[in-house]
Amino acid sequence: MTLLQRRKWRNWIALALSLVAMGFGLFWLLWILLDVLRLGFGGLSVSLFTEMTPPPGGEGGLLNAIVGSFIMVGLAMLIGTPVGVLAGVYLAEYGQRGWLGSATRFINDILLSAPSIVIGLFVYALLVRQMGSFSAIAGVLALALIVVPVVVRTTDNMLILVPNSLREAAFALGAPKWKVIYVVTLRAARAGVVTGILLALARIAGETAPLLFTALSNQFWSVSLTQPMANLPVTIFKFAMSPFADWQKLAWAGVFLITIGVLAINITARVLFKEAIKR
Amino acid sequence: MNATTTSALAQRRPQNGAQARLAETPVISVRNLNFYYGNFHALKNITVDIHRHAITAFIGPSGCGKSTLLRCFNRMFELYPEQRAQGELLLEDRNILGEGVDAIALRAAVGMVFQKPTPFPMSIYDNIAFGVSLHERLARRDMDQRVEWALRRAALWDEVKDILQQSGMSLSGGQQQRLCIARGIAVKPRVMLFDEPTSALDPISTAKIEELLDELKTDFTIAIVTHNMQQAARVSDYTAYMYLGELVEFGLTDQVFIKPAKKETEDYITGRFG
Repeated sequence: MTLLQRRKWRNWIALALSLVAMGFGLFWLLWILLDVLRLGFGGLSVSLFTEMTPPPGGEGGLLNAIVGSFIMVGLAMLIGTPVGVLAGVYLAEYGQRGWLGSATRFINDILLSAPSIVIGLFVYALLVRQMGSFSAIAGVLALALIVVPVVVRTTDNMLILVPNSLREAAFALGAPKWKVIYVVTLRAARAGVVTGILLALARIAGETAPLLFTALSNQFWSVSLTQPMANLPVTIFKFAMSPFADWQKLAWAGVFLITIGVLAINITARVLFKEAIKR
Repeated sequence: MNATTTSALAQRRPQNGAQARLAETPVISVRNLNFYYGNFHALKNITVDIHRHAITAFIGPSGCGKSTLLRCFNRMFELYPEQRAQGELLLEDRNILGEGVDAIALRAAVGMVFQKPTPFPMSIYDNIAFGVSLHERLARRDMDQRVEWALRRAALWDEVKDILQQSGMSLSGGQQQRLCIARGIAVKPRVMLFDEPTSALDPISTAKIEELLDELKTDFTIAIVTHNMQQAARVSDYTAYMYLGELVEFGLTDQVFIKPAKKETEDYITGRFG
């Protein structure tokens, strides 16, 4: 066999292996997606968005769970995003040298990979036990604690990608450091930072474990932050495990909603990120 | 003297009174400047003058310290804690390396254009207004005028006057570099520093910028670092040749290129070395 032939063979084998691996991944992913679409789509109806979660055998929808999820995810993002972005700015722009930056980055990476159930238990011990009851605010805190490390990491990474020449150019005009960061570098990294925030949003939209110990769930309509609050993931968990056919149907509808929602967020993030690379 | 340098000298624009200016007080006087990157001694006892309304070129092989020297003039180096400068660097009789010198005020007086065009991620208009608004509070109309003035001076106005709200990053490389020049002069500094401003540009854009430099020296004092000896010969009034952190020779460009005082300078500009 000539050298060229051998090289072609090797190329072919590598390509084949990669394709098989890709096929393996895609196969399950598509199966899951198709099942969710098939089973979830059937559960879609107007009452899903207008009625509360029903008792077993009753008629109902997921309104309280949908609203609860929106409230808790929204508040968690409201708390987690500024903290994450500011900490990311610190790491990338101020903490490059010195021990505090690298220590923070290390701990943040640990937090990033911490199982979400650990965070749920932590908030349970911190808040739920002290308050004496499950509450939406505890759920918000647990979700926010998941958001922070994701946003810190992406903000940090995206700011580091901004070429130093851009910073120097702003300094050379006589800009003070905070202006260099907030008017020039953060703007240059904007699309990437927003992508990170959206990915964090997608992540917590489907988190069940941290809510199980904190917000729990609520059969009824409640928007009080000190009371247990209904939410999609825990409702799905509860309904899917139940023996009642109508509950299971609602669980599939909930799964459908979350999947479509997360998919939409991910696609938005993708598009934004592409734009970030282009510029 | 080789052929290309000779032809570059032939293309020179007439120098008005460069000889006479040697007698005037310089805008920047460097006295016994030493510079360190950590333990590395990058500039050794540099003493040189930058003369008013003239272009001073710094040439020399890579790593000779010419960019380092330029970055002392606006204290750019202090962004990096391991870098330090010792000695005197007088900007109109004030030692800018001394204590209590405000870097922000200094950079309003000494602007800089870099090797790679660095438009900010904002509109063409805002790219220029950003720098101006750091130092002056201008009414909208005055700001409009200032932006137009700077773009006209940078020979960019005709190309961008209808797209001022477009991103500065949508321009071509040469246009971006002229935008950076406009951004620098809009602050109305006394000195403009150019750190290899054309090494990332094509020949046509380079020619435009060289032409521009010549026009700008009526308003500004210019120091330029360049790898391109022909460029130094074409545009500058004074040339400083540096090697291994030392200033080997400084003088009128004509003299340095036609009749260099030092053997090393001659070897470098004739291409026998470097």
